Amino acid sequence: MITTAHYLVLSLILFALGLVGVIVRRNFITVLMCVELILNAVNINFVAFSRQLGDLTGQVFVVFVITIAAAEAAIGLGIIIALARLKQTVNLDEANVMEG
Amino acid sequence: MDWLVTHFAAIVFYTLAAVAVLGAVGVLGFRSPVYAALALLATFLAVAGLFVLQHAELIAAVQVLVYAGGVMVLFLFVIMLVNVRTLPREPQYLNRLLPAAVGLAILLAVLLGIGLFPLALRAPASSAPLQQVAGQTLGNTEAVGWSLYRDFLLPFEVVSVVLLVAMIGAIVMGRKPTGKEGDT
Repeated sequence: MITTAHYLVLSLILFALGLVGVIVRRNFITVLMCVELILNAVNINFVAFSRQLGDLTGQVFVVFVITIAAAEAAIGLGIIIALARLKQTVNLDEANVMEG
Repeated sequence: MDWLVTHFAAIVFYTLAAVAVLGAVGVLGFRSPVYAALALLATFLAVAGLFVLQHAELIAAVQVLVYAGGVMVLFLFVIMLVNVRTLPREPQYLNRLLPAAVGLAILLAVLLGIGLFPLALRAPASSAPLQQVAGQTLGNTEAVGWSLYRDFLLPFEVVSVVLLVAMIGAIVMGRKPTGKEGDT
C-alpha cells in the first residue's frame, strides 16, 4: 500500500538533490535545472496531500507552480543568453558585475 | 500472478520513483548540459507517471506538455545557442563544498520531514472521490477546471499576467543589443 508518506520521502529526496545541485554546480544552465527539480518535489507533495485530504485545491496550486516554473525558466534562460553574449561564459561566478 | 496484481501500484510507484531519483542524480552528475537535460526529462516523465498513479490526470498531462514539451525544449535550445563546447570548463573547486552541501540538504530535508510527516500520518487517506462538484461526480480535468475558475479566478488572472511579463522580459533580455538606445 503506497501512502502519502511514500510520496513525501520521494519528494524530500528530490528536494535534497536539487538543493545540492544549486549549491555545488557552477554551470548556470544546470543550476536552473536543479531549481526545476526542487519545484517538481513541491508538486509531488501538493498532489499527495490533495489526494490524502480529498481536496482539489492542491492540484490547482500545482497548475500555478508549473506556470511560475515555466516563467522562471524563460527568464533564467534569457539571462543565460545575455550572459553568454556578454562574457562568453555560463559560469555563475563570472557574473559578478552589475553593469554590463 | 496474484502477487503481481496485489502489489501492482507499489511496483509502479517504486519503478517510477527510482527513475525520478536516478534522473535527479544524473542532473547533478553529468558534466555535459545536454546529458543533464535528458536526465531531467526522465525525472519529469517519471513524476508525470506518479501523478497518474494518484489520479491527477490533468496535472500529469500538464506536466508532460509544459515541462517535458516546453521547458525542456527551451533548455535544449539555449544549450545549442550558447554552444557549450566552446566555453571554458566548469571549475571544480566547489567540489570541496560537496560534503557541506549534502549536510545542509539532508538537514533541510529532515526539518521538512519533521514538519510534514505528522500531517501525512494524522489524517487517514480518504478513499472518497475527489471530483464532487454540486452533487455530481466529474472527471479530474473538469473538477480542477471548476475549482480553478470558481475559487481561484483572481490568482489565475494574476498568473497569466506574470507569464506575459516573463515572456516580454525574456524577449528583451535575449535579443541582440542594437546600440541605438544608448548603453542599455
